[in-house]
Amino acid sequence: MIRHAFARAYLGLILIFLYAPIAVMAVMSLNASEFYALPFRFSTEWYERLFTNDEILAAAWRSVWIAVVVAIIATALGTMATLALWRHDFPGKRILQALLFPPIAVPWLITGTAMLIFFFGVGIGRGTPAVIIGHVALALPYVIVTVFARMQSFDRALEEAARSLGARPLTVARKVILPHAAPGIIAGALFAFAVSFDQFVVSYFLAEPGDSTLPVLIYSAIRKGFTPEINAVSTIIILISMAVMVLAARYAKFGGTR
Amino acid sequence: MSEVRVEGLTKAYGPTKALDDVTLTFPEGGFFGLLGPSGSGKTTLLRAIAGFVQPDHGRIFIGDQPVEGTAVEDRNIGMVFQSYALFPNMTVAENVAFGLEVRRVPSGDRARRVAEVLELVQLGPLGNRKPQDLSGGQRQRVAMARAIVTRPRVLLLDEPLSALDRALRVDMQIELKRIQREVGITTIFVTHDQEEALTLSDQIGILKDGRLVRHGPPRAVYDDPQDAFTAHFLGEANILTGRVEAQGLRLTDGTLLPGVTTARIALRPEALTASIEQPATPHRLQARLVQRIFSGAMGTCILDWQGQTLKLTAPDRALAALPETGGPQVWLSWPAGAALPLRDPR
Ligand SMILES: Nc1ncnc2c1ncn2[C@@H]1O[C@H](COP(=O)(O)OP(=O)(O)OP(=O)(O)O)[C@@H](O)[C@H]1O
Ligand SMILES: [Mg+2]
Repeated sequence: MIRHAFARAYLGLILIFLYAPIAVMAVMSLNASEFYALPFRFSTEWYERLFTNDEILAAAWRSVWIAVVVAIIATALGTMATLALWRHDFPGKRILQALLFPPIAVPWLITGTAMLIFFFGVGIGRGTPAVIIGHVALALPYVIVTVFARMQSFDRALEEAARSLGARPLTVARKVILPHAAPGIIAGALFAFAVSFDQFVVSYFLAEPGDSTLPVLIYSAIRKGFTPEINAVSTIIILISMAVMVLAARYAKFGGTR
Repeated sequence: MSEVRVEGLTKAYGPTKALDDVTLTFPEGGFFGLLGPSGSGKTTLLRAIAGFVQPDHGRIFIGDQPVEGTAVEDRNIGMVFQSYALFPNMTVAENVAFGLEVRRVPSGDRARRVAEVLELVQLGPLGNRKPQDLSGGQRQRVAMARAIVTRPRVLLLDEPLSALDRALRVDMQIELKRIQREVGITTIFVTHDQEEALTLSDQIGILKDGRLVRHGPPRAVYDDPQDAFTAHFLGEANILTGRVEAQGLRLTDGTLLPGVTTARIALRPEALTASIEQPATPHRLQARLVQRIFSGAMGTCILDWQGQTLKLTAPDRALAALPETGGPQVWLSWPAGAALPLRDPR
C-alpha cells in the first residue's frame, strides 16, 4: 500500500515537472500583461501579433516544409535500409547495426559542430540544403529503429506463403511486407518530422542568418528581449509536436494493443 | 497433378544431416504421410520440394521436370503452413485470390474460381471476413482453399492440423481427406501424429535422423514393421529377444516359440490375450500381472516378464476374469502370425 502511494506520488511529481512549465507558458501566452503581471486577464493579443509577424511566419513555414522534406527523405532511406538489414545477412551487418545507434547519444552540439566542419570541407557550406542533410542524418536512426521494431512481429511464413503462391520478390514486398511495415513507416515518418521540426542546435549551426527555422528564430528573439509572443509561438510548437508524437506512438503501438 | 520424386536427397546443417540420401516417389494423386520423430527431417524434405531449402546433393522431380534450378514461385506448388500464414491485411476472398492475381487470371474468372473453392471448403458466406475474425478450423480451410485454387501440381502440408484442438482435428482430418479426394491432387503431409498419418494416407514414409526408414501403404507397414524403430514408432510394440534354434526362437526364460526365424519379434499390445489357465497354443509365455487399467471401452494390462515391461490392450470385457490389482502369474498368448519378425541389426 505504502509503496503504491509512493509510486503514485512519484509519477505525479514527474508529470508536474514535465508539464508545469509548459502549462505556465501556455497560460501566460493568453495573459494580457506583457510583464507576466497577475491577476490573469484573458487576451489573444499575442497570438494576433504572431500572425502578423512576417519574420515568424516565414520561419514557421520554413520549419514545416523542411520537416516534411526531411521526413520524406529519411523515411524512404530508412525504410529501405531497414528492409535490407531485416531481410539479408551480410558481412558486417552487426557492426553496421551497432553503428546506427551511437549518433542518438552524441550531444547535438558536437554533432552540429562536426557537420558544420564537414559540410564546409566538402563544399556544401551552410544553408538550407545543409540543414536538410543534417536533419536527415539525425532522423535516420529513429526511422530505422521504429520500422525495424515493427518488422520483428512479421511472420516469415507470410513471405513464404506468398512465394509458394507464385509471387515474385517485388510483389511480395508490395503486397505482403509493406502493408505489415506501414504503421512502423508512418510512425518513423512522424518521428523524423518531429526531430526536424524541434531541432535547434544543428539548425543553428547550419542555417544561414536570415534563413532561420522557427526554433532558431525564437532563440534569437529571446536574446533581444522576451515577449509573450514567444510564449504564443512556443505553445503552438508544443501542441504540434505533441500531436505528432501522440500519433507516432499510436502507429508504433507503444504500450498498447498489438 | 503430378508424381513427385526425390533421388538421393541430402542436406546437412553443419554436422547434422537433416536429410541423408532420401529416395522416394510420391505417387500422382496420392496422399502421402511423412512421419518421424522431432528433428528427423520431415520439414526439411517438404521445404526442399517446395524450393525453400537447397539440397546439397540429389534431385527433385515434379512431374517429369527436374526443379532444382526453379525458384519457389515458379514451381507451381500449393503449401499450407502450420501457422496458416494468412495475409492479415486481406479478406478471406482476397487471400484465396492472391495466387490467381499474381498469375494474372482475369478478374471475372478469378471471382468464379474463388467462389467455387470457398464452396468446396464450406466457407461460402465468409469471403468478406478478415482472417483475425475466423476460428482455427475456418483459418485452416482458408489456407487450404488458397493453396489449391491455383491448381498446383503438388500440395505440401506441414503439420497443418497441429494448432487445432483434438475434436476439431478429427473433423478437419475428414475434411482434408474429402477435399483432397475431390481435387485429386498429389499431397504430401507431414505429421507428428501417427494415428493421423494412418487414417489419412495412402502411403506413408517414416524418417529417422534424415534417413528414410520405411515406406509403403499404412497397413502393410503396420502389419510388417520389419525393424524395431518402425514397430515402436507406428503403434505400440512389445519387443522380445532370444536365440534362434532349429525349432524356433528360444526366449531368455526358456520358452520356445516355434516357427520364428529371427532373434527378435514384435508383438502388438492388441494382438495379445491374457488368461489364468495355460492356453493350448505354443505361442504363449508366462508373465506377472502388475496392473490392470480401466479406461472406458478398452482396458490395458501392464505386465512384467523377466524384468521387461509388456503391455496388452483388449476390450475391457475380455479382461474381466483378471484381478484388478497385480501380483499373479498369467498367460499371454497370440495367433501364430502376430509375432512380427524384426530383421534390423540391434
Ligand atoms: N535452418 C536450419 N539451420 C540449422 N539446422 C537446421 C535448420 N533446419 C533444420 N535443421 C536441423 O535439421 C534437422 C531436421 O529438421 P526438420 O525441421 O526437418 O525436422 P522435423 O522432422 O520437421 O522436426 P519437427 O517434427 O520437430 O518439426 C534438425 O536436427 C534441425 O535442427
Ligand atoms: Mg517440422
